[in-house]
This record gives sequence, C-alpha cells and structure tokens, in this order.
Amino acid sequence: MRIGRVLRAGAVVAATGLILAGCGGGDGGAGGDEAQVAADACPGGGGKTVTIGTKYDQPGLGLKTPDGLDGFDVAVGCYIAKDIWGEDVNVKWREAPSEERENLIKNGDVDLVTATYTIDAERDKIVDFAGPYLMAHQDLMVRKDYNEIKTEADLKDSDLKLCSVTGSTSAQNVKQDFAPQANLVEYGGYSECMTGLQSGAVDAVTTDNSILAGFASDPRYQGMFKLLGFNLSDEPYGVGLKEGDTELRNKVNEAIKHMIEDGSWQEFFDAHLGESNFQADPPKITEK
Amino acid sequence: MIEELATLFEEYRILGAFWVTVQLTVLSAIGSLIWGTVLVAMRVSPVPVMRWFGTAYINVVRNTPLTVIIVATSLGLWQTMGVTMGAERFDTIGFRLAVLGFIAYTACFVCESLRSGINTVQVGQSEAARALGLGFAQVLGHIVLPQAFRSVIGPLASVMIALTKNTTIAAAIGVGEAALLMKEMIENEADLLFLITGIFALGFVCLTLPTGLILGWISNRVAVKR
Repeated sequence: MRIGRVLRAGAVVAATGLILAGCGGGDGGAGGDEAQVAADACPGGGGKTVTIGTKYDQPGLGLKTPDGLDGFDVAVGCYIAKDIWGEDVNVKWREAPSEERENLIKNGDVDLVTATYTIDAERDKIVDFAGPYLMAHQDLMVRKDYNEIKTEADLKDSDLKLCSVTGSTSAQNVKQDFAPQANLVEYGGYSECMTGLQSGAVDAVTTDNSILAGFASDPRYQGMFKLLGFNLSDEPYGVGLKEGDTELRNKVNEAIKHMIEDGSWQEFFDAHLGESNFQADPPKITEK
Repeated sequence: MIEELATLFEEYRILGAFWVTVQLTVLSAIGSLIWGTVLVAMRVSPVPVMRWFGTAYINVVRNTPLTVIIVATSLGLWQTMGVTMGAERFDTIGFRLAVLGFIAYTACFVCESLRSGINTVQVGQSEAARALGLGFAQVLGHIVLPQAFRSVIGPLASVMIALTKNTTIAAAIGVGEAALLMKEMIENEADLLFLITGIFALGFVCLTLPTGLILGWISNRVAVKR
C-alpha cells in the first residue's frame, strides 16, 4: 500500500516534469518561429539589428499568418529600415497593439513603429512622429447590396446598426459627432465585427478606410463588402520613434520621400490595399 | 496633477461608468446566487440525471475562460442566433447578455462554495429531519441550506469580489462600464496613462474593499456556533 502511494506520487512528479519540459520545448519552438517570420517579411543580412513594431492582426496593413508577416505597414517599415541602415539590415518585428505603442517606444523596446499610428497632439507629447506615410480617413464598410446610406448627411439622424472596436477613436467619433442616434456595438477586434456584418446583425463597420480596405481585400471576405468612400476624419499615419531623436526623424522622412519618388509606395499600396474601391495618394510630409 | 484629475472627471463620465459596473455586479450577483443554489440542489439531489447535469454543467462552464463565454453570448447567441433578450438598442442587448454570461459563470463558484457549506452540516441533522418525515426538498430547504449559507458567507465574499472585477470583461462586447471608459481615455490621453490606470484601480478598490469588509462582518455574526 505504502509503496503504491509512493509510486503514484512519483508518477505525478514525472508527469508534471514532462508537461513542463513540453512547455519549455514549445516556447523554444515559438522563438525560432519568430526569427523565421522576420526573415520572410523583410529579408536582410547580418547588418545592424533594428526592431520595428507593427500590428499583427490587421489584414492588408500588418497581419501575422503561419506564412509570415505581411501588409502595407510591414512593407513600409522594411523599406525605411533598408533605406536608412542599408540592404543588409536585420529587421526584427514586434507586435505593437494600439495601447502599448507609446510605452514600447519610450522603453526602447522598438526603434520604429509603423502600426496604423495616427499622429495626434497628445501622443506627440511623449513620442516623436515622422511622416505621415499614409493619409487615412474614417469610413464605413457595408455589405455589397446595402443601399440605405448614400451620403454623410444620411448618417446624422439614422439609427444605423454600427460596429467598431472598443474605445477606439472611430467609435468615439460616431457616438459624439457623426451618428449619435446610431446603434453602436463595440468589440475587442474588427474580426468580431465581421461576423455580425456577414450575418446581418449589424449594417456597417466603421474605422479608418485603410483598415477596412484591408478586410475587404482579405481572401476570406473578398467580394462581400464595399466601402462607402466617406471622409469622416483625417488620420495621418506616422512612423513613431523616440521623443527628441531629430536625426532619426529626418532620416525616416528622407526614406519616406524616396519610397514615394521611386514608385515603391504605389507598389506596396496596390499589392496590399488596392483591391477594394479604396484610393489614396502619397501624403505630404508634415512632421519636421 | 490635481488640475489634470479635475479635467478628466469633467470630460469623462467616470462615475457613470462605475455605476454600470455596480449594476452589472449586483444583477449578476443576485442571479448567480439563485442559479448557484439551484445547481447545488441538483448536485446533491437523489435523482441521478440531475446530479449528472449539475456536475457536467459546472465542469464545462467553470473551465471555460470568461472572455470566451462573454464573447460567445454576443457573437453566438445574439449575432448568429438572433437572441436579443427583449431589447432594441445594442447597448441594452449587450448589457443583458453580459449579465447572462456572468450569471452562468459565477453560479459555478457559488454552487461549489455552497456544496462545501453543505458538507459542514452534520449528517445527523438531515438524518433527524428525515426521521421526522421531511422529504428531500424540505430537508434541503429548511435544515441544510440555511446552515450551509451561514457558513459560506466568507468564501462567497471572495466570489463576489472576483465577480466585481470580472465585470470588466463586458468591455469585450462593448458594454459601457469602467474598463471600456478606461480604454477610451487611454486612447485619447496617451500622456496620462498612469493617472488613468490609477483612477480605475482605486475605483475598484472602493467597490471591493467594502464588499469584503461588510460580508466578513456578516459572516462572523451569522456563523453557526458549534
């Protein structure tokens, strides 16, 4: 009896050990995966290591899939890094969710942030911006056959069923300005809104047109949705960097100019955001 | 600092958001106490099917992350299956679905606390009750549960405090409570991150500390002296 109990205790300890070892192995694997992704998204060499923060969950802008990291923001970040630090720069990617971007920059965890990062006065107090490299506007995305809203004026008194992301600027704009009567539901991410848009529980999803265009061009939703083409607000996307680093900011601005002049900007735009009635021109650089 | 604090309170409905948190907590607490009591009755009942259902329910729901439950009420129940809980506006639908989710989840913990309370009631009590001719419902309702409740007020206080903090998950489906307002404020006032976090942390302490103290005091007063 006693021996049985000891054996059982031993088995539990051994099982725990195995599980822990399994977890450790898993972590190691994930780490290796990270390097793989970085190589795919921005092939470089053994040059200077630069860390760039971007979104991992936005189709067309920065999306991490099993095949690697892809999107307009990712392409822009890669181009800027190569323009400044040379073709053999070693770019490491890091996820930069909206609420963490300032801290990632302030703590020096990332060198640059290209993550749908709207330049605004409050953020400018704690980080510096270069660019903008894309001028987005708040817009609405609806199902292809939806015709009830045609102009921005229609929004004002409509009780449209709207979806957006919890606490985002777009959601606040809707509540306070564009459509105070609208029936708004807020979710943690845009993917959740897509479920409702598909099933008809909501009529429209609202946020920056660049993000919407990314979803509309995504293979999963292709041909199902359209953008209404409204300009409800200006969202200049800038490159975030450490406060006071004027030298780096000037270099990034130069890099953005090169990107626009040599046609790479248009190429990235067409490749990642082009497929959905979304048009934009390269913006003028304002952060000097 | 004081100035910034004043502007934050002026520009945002901080107290209003906490009021929603309080409403979520109180309604979910009442609901989960009722549903938890029903569940515990099932778990100790002489009917095998009910015992089986109670055990299965607790093991499934208790082991599902709360975020999944709350998002599932919204995406599954409402958006896919069209359950609107008798409301028109999205914010009301979201609020009611969130309460439903919190009740379903918290009831598991209420049930398990109560079950441990039932174990503190001596077997002799229910034997004596049965000898007097009381049926199962009467034994449970008149003899066992009253004593069980009195001995688990302390553990239930922990469950209620956890529930208060869990209500922040309702922000995931857009219920306008404290956590949602905090996200909005951080989005707009990136430079005041620590002040904003501080306000909300303190707000929750103001809600949970009295809960713990009051229920602790009640727990001492009503404890069964053995």
